[in-house]
Amino acid sequence: MKSFHGGVHPDDSKKYTAAKPIETAPLPEKVIIPLRMHIGAPVSPVVKKGDTVKKGQLIARSDAFVSGNIHASISGKVAEIADYPHSVFGSSMSIVIESDGMDAWAEGIPVQRQWEKLDAKELAGIIREAGIVGMGGATFPTHVKLAPPPDKKIDTFILNGSECEPFLTADYRSMLEYAERIVTGVEIAMKVLGVNTGYVGIEDNKPDAVKALQDAFNGTRVKVVALPTKYPQGAEKMLIVMLTGREVPSGGLPMDVGTVVQNVGTVIAISDAVTKGIPLIERVLTVSGSAVKEPKNLLVRIGSTFADALNLCGGLGSELVKIISGGPMMGFAQSTMDVPVIKGTSGILFLNKKDVNYGKESACIHCGRCVEACPMGLNPSMLSVLGERRLYEEAKEEYSLLDCMECGSCVYVCPAKRNIVQYIRYAKAQNAIQAQKEKAKVAV
Amino acid sequence: MVNEESLTMNLLTVSPSPHITSGESIPKIMWTVSAALAPAVIFAALHFGVPAITTMLVGIVSAVATEYLVQIIRKKEVTINDGSAFLTGLLLAMCLPPDLPWYMTASGSCLAIAVAKHSMGGLGYNIFNPAHIGRAALMVSWPVAMTTWSKMTTQVDVVSSATPLNILKQQGYAKLLETFGGAPNMYKAMFLGTRNGSIGETSAILLILGGLFLIYKGYVKWEVPAVMIGTVGLLTWIFGPSGLFTGDALFHMMAGGLVLGAFFMATDMVTIPITRKGQIIFALGAGVLTALIRLKGGYPEGVCYSILLMNCVTPLIDRYVKPKKFGARR
Repeated sequence: MKSFHGGVHPDDSKKYTAAKPIETAPLPEKVIIPLRMHIGAPVSPVVKKGDTVKKGQLIARSDAFVSGNIHASISGKVAEIADYPHSVFGSSMSIVIESDGMDAWAEGIPVQRQWEKLDAKELAGIIREAGIVGMGGATFPTHVKLAPPPDKKIDTFILNGSECEPFLTADYRSMLEYAERIVTGVEIAMKVLGVNTGYVGIEDNKPDAVKALQDAFNGTRVKVVALPTKYPQGAEKMLIVMLTGREVPSGGLPMDVGTVVQNVGTVIAISDAVTKGIPLIERVLTVSGSAVKEPKNLLVRIGSTFADALNLCGGLGSELVKIISGGPMMGFAQSTMDVPVIKGTSGILFLNKKDVNYGKESACIHCGRCVEACPMGLNPSMLSVLGERRLYEEAKEEYSLLDCMECGSCVYVCPAKRNIVQYIRYAKAQNAIQAQKEKAKVAV
Repeated sequence: MVNEESLTMNLLTVSPSPHITSGESIPKIMWTVSAALAPAVIFAALHFGVPAITTMLVGIVSAVATEYLVQIIRKKEVTINDGSAFLTGLLLAMCLPPDLPWYMTASGSCLAIAVAKHSMGGLGYNIFNPAHIGRAALMVSWPVAMTTWSKMTTQVDVVSSATPLNILKQQGYAKLLETFGGAPNMYKAMFLGTRNGSIGETSAILLILGGLFLIYKGYVKWEVPAVMIGTVGLLTWIFGPSGLFTGDALFHMMAGGLVLGAFFMATDMVTIPITRKGQIIFALGAGVLTALIRLKGGYPEGVCYSILLMNCVTPLIDRYVKPKKFGARR
């Protein structure tokens, strides 16, 4: 199979946790649940300090369609609603719940439901109520993705099982251990969308996951495909072009080519919400990296802290230099261990010196490796130089700045150790500020 | 109280993604390219003897020393260990006659580093290939010394002290064949390197071996040397001395500094276009200009000037030849 243009082949470092079954983390003493765990309208708390809450109880919501409900992940008392560190946004208002040790379900949860008997509208409603968002890291509300505007004809559903980020094995283990729930989740999503064609794309470095899902999907409308292992195979656009041959147009979305892509964790959450009535309150994540004593795949409650996760993995084995939320290519470096796991936390990496590059940035030597590596067909060298020289508009107009998805392939190969992605992010932000200013001018 | 040590121990590195890199670095590239020149360098030392060794040493030492001085004077970080000045000095020396007086070599090297490289802003900012600027400057400053070739130490049957391209230019193709004792002998000498010429340009086979190593390492795109050498071959064959399609393409492809230039100078990342397509255009242009200078120009050889001329249009090529964007077709 011919792969997409560009991309890189970092050491996948999955050996540390690939063979480790998902371990259920014990009940945390408290959870910090940020109100920002999704893309879209902000949610407001529906509980207050001192309230008693049960596991699965709704604690924050919004009337807006593009938003994500939040539920208590443990039973206990709301200790405070305050600003806490956040793994992506720096900080966020968060609801802190102290456990009562009972882990008691809210009323009416769990239930037994036959999803086949529900129609698409009912299913979509359940998914929205359950606060499900894209669990690969993007955290876009799932019910919105499953309700494309009427002018977008969707004909193909795609399950993203590539997990192309090094170290992470949460999706891989889930595919081996939760195959049945994955099948149910995919069937539900396809029913909501009303599509008859489904694909599962898995990188060929996970042959047993390919086999497990091929068996599980046997006799269904869904085809499980092994894809060449190459980062960023898990990027939606790369996945879609590999499975369907359709290229998402510049500036467009998967629905522009009739497809919807969901992550492995997300469809499992869909299955649990529909068949058991359980909202999104826990997730599988990988705890790995050179500084962790015992890397593991954990099933943890949303709101557990990174420190909790580290303790469950035997603590530090060597001097900690960097903590990353997510994978090493696109994840976020953290300044503290006290940040909570959110719905999009696919992994936590604790790295020592060995894994952290302190390369000093120098001038671009024009070697062209970034151009060869860019899966979007951009000229990252030029974008970084334009960013450096503050020519943000030229970067946008002439060099397609906004097409960059910040996958980091260019920085990975750069011999001059240039922070190309950071220049690009900054240039994008400056363009956004400029656009806002112009908008304000027009308004005046 | 928090002591300083415990404070630093608790500090975490926070930096933008990605958090891992391939380990590729500028020094690695520069030293690898230098290593790829080693076979040709060793051959030159044996073939031309002490004068060649001296010239190469003077070229390297003066390049590195100039870089050191410039960076000290400009209060910049000293980067002489990155191998780029070493490589420039070596490449320049390889384009010079073996027994050029040492002060000429040193001047060329000094100029290459101080003017062609650092006056532009240093590594990455230079527009022209520094080694070729050094050579071009020496060509106009000391034209006689730059075109005087003494007898080689190892080759006894080649009596002429001129380079093959010189003989061709001044005395014609028949004389060229006569000098080598027939075409097969000539090709063999050109291929192995047992001919006269600049220090590092004579052995086609060893330069090609080094070049293949760089292609294998991914530092050179195979299209560049293939297109440049191929273009020269094609044009010199078409516009031959006795009418169309009578030229000796094989001779031209191995003659002069073409193999050295095509593999090691037309592939200098800093001064050539960034896209594969752009680099092919660059190589094509350099090939056309080389053939034009050799066939119609006043000089017997044109590799150096053709690459410098194409360096001028590199930014222009980059502006108009962009990579194929994903999702560009609606």
